[in-house]
Amino acid sequence: MGFPHPSHPKETVVLSQYFGDAEARGFDGWVARGGYEGLRKALSLTPEAIIDEVKASGLRGRGGAGFPTGLKWSFMPKGDGKPHYLVCNADESEPGTFKDREIMRWTPHALLEGCAIAAYAIGAERCYIYIRGEFTEPLKIMAGAVEEANAKGALGGNAFGSGKRIEMLIHRGAGAYICGEETAMMNSIEGKRGNPRIKPPFPAVAGLFGMPTTINNVETLAAVPHILVRGADWYKGLCRGNPKSTGTKLISICGHVQRPGNYEVTMGTPLKEILYDMAGGPPAGREFKAVIPGGSSVPIMTIAEAEDALFDYEGIVAKGSMLGSAGMIVMDDSTDMVYQIWRLAKFYAHESCAQCTQCREGTAWTTKILERILSGKGRQEDFELLLDLSENMTGKTICVLSDSCAAPVVSGIQKFRDEFEAYIQGSRQPALAAG
Amino acid sequence: MSSQGAGTQTAPHEPVFVGQTRARLEHLFTRYPTKQACLLPALWMVQEARGWISEPAIGEVADVLGLTPAYVKGVVTFYTMYHTHPVGRHFIQVCTTSPCNICGAEAVVQALLAESGCGELGATSSDGRFTVSEVECLGACGFATPIMVDDDFIESVTPDKVSGILERYP
Repeated sequence: MGFPHPSHPKETVVLSQYFGDAEARGFDGWVARGGYEGLRKALSLTPEAIIDEVKASGLRGRGGAGFPTGLKWSFMPKGDGKPHYLVCNADESEPGTFKDREIMRWTPHALLEGCAIAAYAIGAERCYIYIRGEFTEPLKIMAGAVEEANAKGALGGNAFGSGKRIEMLIHRGAGAYICGEETAMMNSIEGKRGNPRIKPPFPAVAGLFGMPTTINNVETLAAVPHILVRGADWYKGLCRGNPKSTGTKLISICGHVQRPGNYEVTMGTPLKEILYDMAGGPPAGREFKAVIPGGSSVPIMTIAEAEDALFDYEGIVAKGSMLGSAGMIVMDDSTDMVYQIWRLAKFYAHESCAQCTQCREGTAWTTKILERILSGKGRQEDFELLLDLSENMTGKTICVLSDSCAAPVVSGIQKFRDEFEAYIQGSRQPALAAG
Repeated sequence: MSSQGAGTQTAPHEPVFVGQTRARLEHLFTRYPTKQACLLPALWMVQEARGWISEPAIGEVADVLGLTPAYVKGVVTFYTMYHTHPVGRHFIQVCTTSPCNICGAEAVVQALLAESGCGELGATSSDGRFTVSEVECLGACGFATPIMVDDDFIESVTPDKVSGILERYP
């Protein structure tokens, strides 16, 4: 539901049904709302049957990459005798995204249940839930929920009397965007700097502590109990004609809209309905100019492109961007696009782990060149320079942080070139003091 | 030249990992297959106890986890939430990344710097009460501008709310 706003009739409420309902936070309250039925059912099935059900549902990773969840689970080796690990990615730090936070704050047991099902399905006895260090409230709530679930026998050494050990351990991050990247997260749990690892080996082969590991996002895992209880066919049916994008998706909307917050929609919902009906359109007297639909790491869409798009993995790609985490940053006609693209570049420059030259140097120089343009010292050659830099930052590094910095720069120059020109030609007053 | 110049009185390091804190650490050892994996939690424990992570504390952490001080320092400096120098009694983090930026976060920073008496980012007010730090995305973009004062997460901060918020932190 449109937390913190009342549910909108065009929403399809599954994961967010109990947002704002404080009683749903406790174990008993959760059970009274049908909680832990999914885990009970899962424990009566074989791991293979669970993986098949999740595969059939069409569930794809909600953290940004959109990889099929069941398929990911099926990569885990069987009968290898090694400890397996599940890692729940609760590092939510993609600018524009604030949905996992609400799942943890309001329905912590939904997440624990999803983690427990996934752990059982991949043969893991232990799940590390990696929560970003700044999420002090979700950390506290999740820690309390783990304690309660252990005390009630739902988790721990003998989950619901099944004889299965399912341990949940909460690991607090300490302020590093890059730790949301799955291999950086594993390093961080191991007590290392959060540097992403070269793949292969993929985590299912050699992941956390060198053991077979699966990493899933909070929202992905929270959807799993619903699939177990209501079935893959029900979940698959939650779409609007595109069988590749199924289920519901939480969307975080922020920036220049009347009602920022989280909304839950079926895949394939027209983006226009989300922007105008649910989020209430632009502030009074303003018009939308641009939308970054999937967290800051995806190409910027013009409002014309956004209004024309269907909100699912393929629908957003068809209009030149990506669904990503569905953290939607909406900008109205008061926005200085050059300034905001610079601010994003500065974000990536700050968050680069600095392992790869293209990223370490590229994010820093992109920021400096944009600063030069904003201070009125830009040159015509800067367009070519920025695009050349971006080209060298795309597809050439260990992880995609540098690609993410290039995305808004390239799409920004493509779609809002006149705003860059205005600074370069001096028809717009410098926004930054010359450095 | 030594960085600890003549006349600088450095109090001897009181160990952090004794008594209950030591017991908490020992319990953590059972939750990870390696001692090294306890590094982030151990650093949190130091910061909780001392407010920041000093060089001698880095040495102590290295010692209890069987790591080298250089390695521990490398990790401490990677993560922005660990303080490598003393900060004010109340540490304020304010988000200025794009989603908050377009909603007026920079004005919130200015109000915080002025009202706290810090004057500039990273500086501590002369009464030792506040340090203000500009940070990247706090993950509450729909509630611009979010700030953190110590462990309190405060949403929808606007410049006019700043003085009222600061009053709650003597």
